[in-house]
Amino acid sequence: MTVESGAATAAAQSQQAQSQLTQSQQAQPQQAQPQQPLADQPPPERPEAAGGFVQLLTPEGERIDHPDYPLDLSAADIRDLYRDLVLVRRIDTEAIALQRQGELGIWASLLGQEAAQIGSGRALSPDDMVFPTYREHGVAWCRGIDPVKLLELYRGVSHGGWAPEEHKFGLYTIVIGSQTLHATGYAMGIQRDGAVGGDPASAGRPAEAVIVYFGDGATSQGDVNEAFVWASVFNAPVVFFCQNNQWAISEPLEKQSRIPLYQRARGFGFPGLRVDGNDVLACFAVTQKAMQAAREGQGPTLIEAFTYRMGAHTTTDDPTRYRLASELEVWKLKDPIERVRAYLVRTGLAEPEFFADVEAEAKQVGARVREACRTMPDPPPLSIFDNVYAEPTAILRAEREQYAAYLDSFETGAGR
Amino acid sequence: MTTLTLSRALNEGLRKALENDPKVLIMGEDVGKLGGVFRVTDGLQKDFGEARVIDTPLAESGIVGTAIGLALRGYRPVCEIQFDGFVYPAADQIISQLAKMRYRSRGHVSLPVVIRIPCGGGIGAVEHHSESPEVMFAHTAGLRVVACADPADAFAMIQQSISSDDPVIFFEPKRRYWDKGEVDTANGVLNALPFDRAKTVLAGTDVTLLCYGPLVRTCAESALAARQDGRSIEVIDLRSLSPLDEDAICASVRKTGRCVVAHEAPVYAGLGAEIAARVTERCFYHLEAPVLRVGGFATPYPPSRLEDHYLPDLDRILDAVDRTFGY
Repeated sequence: MTVESGAATAAAQSQQAQSQLTQSQQAQPQQAQPQQPLADQPPPERPEAAGGFVQLLTPEGERIDHPDYPLDLSAADIRDLYRDLVLVRRIDTEAIALQRQGELGIWASLLGQEAAQIGSGRALSPDDMVFPTYREHGVAWCRGIDPVKLLELYRGVSHGGWAPEEHKFGLYTIVIGSQTLHATGYAMGIQRDGAVGGDPASAGRPAEAVIVYFGDGATSQGDVNEAFVWASVFNAPVVFFCQNNQWAISEPLEKQSRIPLYQRARGFGFPGLRVDGNDVLACFAVTQKAMQAAREGQGPTLIEAFTYRMGAHTTTDDPTRYRLASELEVWKLKDPIERVRAYLVRTGLAEPEFFADVEAEAKQVGARVREACRTMPDPPPLSIFDNVYAEPTAILRAEREQYAAYLDSFETGAGR
Repeated sequence: MTTLTLSRALNEGLRKALENDPKVLIMGEDVGKLGGVFRVTDGLQKDFGEARVIDTPLAESGIVGTAIGLALRGYRPVCEIQFDGFVYPAADQIISQLAKMRYRSRGHVSLPVVIRIPCGGGIGAVEHHSESPEVMFAHTAGLRVVACADPADAFAMIQQSISSDDPVIFFEPKRRYWDKGEVDTANGVLNALPFDRAKTVLAGTDVTLLCYGPLVRTCAESALAARQDGRSIEVIDLRSLSPLDEDAICASVRKTGRCVVAHEAPVYAGLGAEIAARVTERCFYHLEAPVLRVGGFATPYPPSRLEDHYLPDLDRILDAVDRTFGY
């Protein structure tokens, strides 16, 4: 297929999809307008709403413009993004190796999703709040969470343990989709604090918004759909960032949806768009715009970052049982890091020394993470009883005392 | 002192909480203009506005999940679940999220969320409107579970629950909503018993009768009836189902030597089982008889024309009391 015919096909699909949209609008019976001001204004049509996606950097490293997403990043900014991408991939690689060596119980790799996470993560302001799944290592990096904290969780030393408000980064959430409701509630809190732009009560304080991450599988969850309803009817300042990595463990996207995921937003009454999830610049641009809209009181946006889980679901998974190796080969050609490198090299925005420096830093970070993981002590046994309630209950105190006495009964002091 | 129904006492307690702390919010289905299907939130939206008394979409997981988000932001949401049998769609948010966030965060996060649940049977309702799911939550570490039984406690305990930095599951005995009692609204919660303590409703010497929620009144009536037969029953309203006020329970059992636990929930793996085990461990040499339980059967809640058979009433409770004297 030539480029021209491909473009022509895309254009034809675009027209077809738009005419379908028009028909479905016409087919709707006349109804009384809902009360919510949001629903009075249909979500704006976007060129990519026909099935393509927003892309600013091709897999070959060619920079292309998009009318809705002018990008104002300096060469240094793009070099920083490249550095982020390389470092988080290195941390991920180290973590997989640590699991293989028995240092971690499990690891959920972000391989292939670096651009979606770094692009969106770097588009946030310090006051924005993030609600992650358990795979948002790249976003965690952007929020200043020490990667060693993430390893704690996967080593079994803690269930998380960072202070969410300190980093404006929520705890990893393992039940699929639960965090979308937390994010929406948090956004409703922002509204009540008068911290949405345009709110008279917001004068003098920076406007805030929330971003919540989830995957393609999560879009089937009731909680995610409830979060869409809540965010829509309350016009909450929240951006739903769906990394469609094509696979929910072994189940491909067609087991979750008959339509492109971003199109679901329309049914809930807010805009949705699809972005090339392997394009860090496009992910940055669409997230920045959607967050700004949320901060200004324009309500939620669903971003579908079209990407690919290049590794296994977790280190316990075996993708060879359910997907073809050729699929991975196709996606390797769209690698999120290689295209930035190609762009920086071809445009001369980075010298060879830059790449060597980043590589050296990656090695350092990897070595530090590895050492910190291997020397991480187990928590003391009696810490099991801590932080169940604000103050321990009588039952907890009794169990703690009994178990402490039991441990002390060993002559070797094996317990404590 | 003011005479109030239990429903009105809750309403007054919620009003006080809304007045005292701007972070307190009320959210649920029909809690606004309608004032809730039991009118517990009557008039609150009118007085405190739609931003603080929130009519939510009809989805229980959404109610609790967004309440968690609001609590993370510093608010103190009070959620209303319309009926006991409707709480299960929110089970993940309550059990896996709300209860565990403090532990997960190693103490960085507090979630002061109250979940009000009208509970129990006896109102001739259809399925899912008469259940007693308290043990599900009592079994979940990180939650406090309380049940009010009279207007004075309803008024105080709802405010204490809202002030708590732990998540609280707050059970309201729906067939007692219209029971009246004296409430000290002027003094707020200053003189109130802490909400994790049990309360002696009637003192007695022969047997300890433990109960909570809708059965407190039934048990008190049973004790009064038994007096005519010369039997002295000590009725204790547990009030806090998790944690249990074990000291109060054991002090009474050591005095009487006998113990009966009554609840509407099925006896099998119910709260009575936990109480019986603990009383046996701690009061073994004081017991004249095994701890007996009287409650719902190991069945789903029956159609309402059968509920009088299912619910422990005065006669079934006194039958259990009699049996403890057969040892």
